[in-house]
Amino acid sequence: MENIIEYLKAERAQDWRAELRKSMKAKERTSRERVQMPEEDPFVRNKSKIEVNIGLTAEAAVLEAQRCLDCPDPTCITGCPVGINIPKFIKNIEAKNFAGAAVTLKETNALPAVCGRVCPQEKQCEIVCFYTIKLNKVPVAIGHLERFAADWERNSGKMAIPETEKANNVKVAVIGSGPAGLAAAGDLAKFGYDVTVFEALHEIGGVLKYGIPEFRLPNELVDTEIEVMRKMGIKFRVNFIVGKTASFDDLKKEGFQAFFVGSGAGLPRFMNIPGENYNGIFSSNEYLTRVNLMNAADPEFDTPVISGNKVAVIGGGNTAMDSVRMAKRLGADESMIIYRRSEVEMPARVEEVKHAKEEGIIFMNLHNPLEYYADENGRVKSMKIQKMELGEPDASGRRRPVPIEGSEFIVDVDTVVVSVGVSPNPLIPAALSDLKCTDWGTIVVDKETMQSSIPEIFAGGDIVRGGATVILAMGDGRTAAAGMHKYIQEKIKAN
Amino acid sequence: MSKILEKEFFSKNVVKIVLDAPEIARSRKPGHFVIIKMGEKGERIPLTIASADAEKGTVTLVIQKVGVTSDKLSRLEVGDEVTDVVGPLGKATHLENVGTVLCAGGGVGVAPLLPIVEGLKKAGNRVVTILAARTKDLIILEDQMREYSDEVIIMTDDGSYGTKGLVTAGMEEVINREKVNMSVVIGPAIMMKFAALTTKKYNIETVASLNTIMVDGTGMCGACRVSVGGKTKFVCVDGPEFDAHQVDFDEMLSRLSAYQDQESAAYQKYLQTVEA
Ligand SMILES: Cc1cc2nc3c(=O)[nH]c(=O)nc-3n(C[C@H](O)[C@H](O)[C@H](O)COP(=O)(O)OP(=O)(O)OC[C@H]3O[C@@H](n4cnc5c(N)ncnc54)[C@H](O)[C@@H]3O)c2cc1C
Ligand code: FES
Repeated sequence: MENIIEYLKAERAQDWRAELRKSMKAKERTSRERVQMPEEDPFVRNKSKIEVNIGLTAEAAVLEAQRCLDCPDPTCITGCPVGINIPKFIKNIEAKNFAGAAVTLKETNALPAVCGRVCPQEKQCEIVCFYTIKLNKVPVAIGHLERFAADWERNSGKMAIPETEKANNVKVAVIGSGPAGLAAAGDLAKFGYDVTVFEALHEIGGVLKYGIPEFRLPNELVDTEIEVMRKMGIKFRVNFIVGKTASFDDLKKEGFQAFFVGSGAGLPRFMNIPGENYNGIFSSNEYLTRVNLMNAADPEFDTPVISGNKVAVIGGGNTAMDSVRMAKRLGADESMIIYRRSEVEMPARVEEVKHAKEEGIIFMNLHNPLEYYADENGRVKSMKIQKMELGEPDASGRRRPVPIEGSEFIVDVDTVVVSVGVSPNPLIPAALSDLKCTDWGTIVVDKETMQSSIPEIFAGGDIVRGGATVILAMGDGRTAAAGMHKYIQEKIKAN
Repeated sequence: MSKILEKEFFSKNVVKIVLDAPEIARSRKPGHFVIIKMGEKGERIPLTIASADAEKGTVTLVIQKVGVTSDKLSRLEVGDEVTDVVGPLGKATHLENVGTVLCAGGGVGVAPLLPIVEGLKKAGNRVVTILAARTKDLIILEDQMREYSDEVIIMTDDGSYGTKGLVTAGMEEVINREKVNMSVVIGPAIMMKFAALTTKKYNIETVASLNTIMVDGTGMCGACRVSVGGKTKFVCVDGPEFDAHQVDFDEMLSRLSAYQDQESAAYQKYLQTVEA
């Protein structure tokens, strides 16, 4: 910790940063309005795949970067799960050294173009920005700037291929190609390992591909990052389920010395209420996978999807927002959120809720489904819902929703998407009886190294945390890579 | 990518293909299935592994042409590649010596039944197998079944081969004739439903292997869910085999028809393009 603070101080003391700070009065910086992210028109975008946020222009990014005061004690960094040197990358933008900004981001964040789009900045870095905590003003748009720098680098066509140490010919395996796995693979390759990423699906990217829709995170952007990783020498094997296609023992026999498990929180939860298995009722994973991964909305593709006129999405997280906005894009007249708490408690990113409202999504907050009814073909036609009110705070610190007796009523729906959370993917725990897991099915690891109860197996991301975020998953992947490096090097020395 | 090494039509609509898939061949056990996808625009469909050869590294699938993907697959030739094949998926069949086992296979359900019959025989059981189909041409794998069964009974709806009648009639005959300790039924959902009702009457423990709609096959989406004993189960990870007396077959039948209109429209369109 001491070292990091010293390092940040030394970086801040560099001449170019000192110059920049002097180039403009603090008052001038703080009196400026925060930039607005340009967005596609809500009623155009809610009928297409087009990305909602257009991205900042270079001029706008520089203006916004000038708002940052380059604080001596940059509290924003404490809010970032991977500790990005935020003032440094922002000051690089102010200095119009956009490539330098991108390099700074990549020092600690393997996928800044992704994080700039999907991180809950308002709960992480931006909530502890000097503007928020001391000036009571809107924070510097750290997320928008992160996206700007990462996009600039990609569009420049000069994506830096990270340098890797001399190949050490030690084989390591990464299981799962979501953000946790990709981050681990990137760092392991940098350390010089011979890395193979195994992915169960036919596409690389985990939730980034099958879950988060095009209108929020274009696939092309994930593919560009994967291309860079291939150039670093990382091998990818799709359609390969570790524990099924081959066992850990098989892979050990093939020479793999250590494993990183980033298998995610795959299993969708249902509410177990009557009628939940009627046709037209999906988990959000199924709904989004059909459209995102399988391209079901495009008639050229073979996978079908039911796209109703009256769609209810149960839940208040990012997955629920993605599903409800997707339903609109698939042609629903009415697309509504049914959430048992109020908007304040919604776990979704604030920006997604705002975008959803602009796009004409109906919010039935403080409502909870009780039962579904079907037509003679077994297709859902209506549902019974109940009104809720907020009671005392529960274990999560959020106020507990309490049903209001006698408030039940029926709503017509023809499609329902259940988005009430996921459970950890059981494939790996099922394949390793010695692996220590919690009662919830998450893998138990040492927090410093991400090592599991089986020494050569490390884990991170949603399989360790339950449902979490992209950035936390990536942070875990990087911590684990460092832990694996240490473990392997010690083992080599001992022999 | 998996190359097709052999191909053989069992009937006009049923084809056997042997795929080069060494890892799957090595890891698979009776009861397992694979998911395949054809081409960039293809859908993911489950197919049970009929047999495998670990040494040669091959996996055998038996496919009935019912829609776009199975039809496309049936048109591939030896030497062609199937874009995506993943597996083995699902839980393997629990094979032990229980005494006499009555195995009933309907239509292409006979293919996934074959490795189970083989496994049950090798575990020391007396195995009586019933093969049922609409008509003679649709009876498949009879010789292979005879190799591992103590007795094979053929039932056809139209009486063109074996005994005329439904699979359940054959089952009752065996049950009335000898002590049956367990039954395994695999076939169309409607056939499994009635087979399960039959064995239930006689209190014979019965296993059914369910062929629901799937997407990922790894437990991630819930497309494959069924109610078993009043609880929701995911066929791809909790199954595919379940206690047949606990399965809600009516719900399963309804769920299987969820995309019927879209699928048959797509199939008609596809047939027009390939036949044009
Ligand atoms: C719709 C949706 C929207 C979201 N929106 C946001 C957001 O805006 N911001 C945010 O920060 N977070 C968001 N999240 C959460 C975030 O995506 C996850 O926390 C993150 O992806 C977890 O990363 P992971 O690498 O642990 O797992 P995943 O991304 O789930 O990847 C796991 C991968 O492992 C594969 N796998 C599993 N088992 C095996 C095996 N045995 N062998 C081989 N491969 C295997 C799986 O197929 C999968 O591809 C969202 C999630 C969803 C579903
Ligand atoms: S097929 Fe997706 S969970 Fe079973």
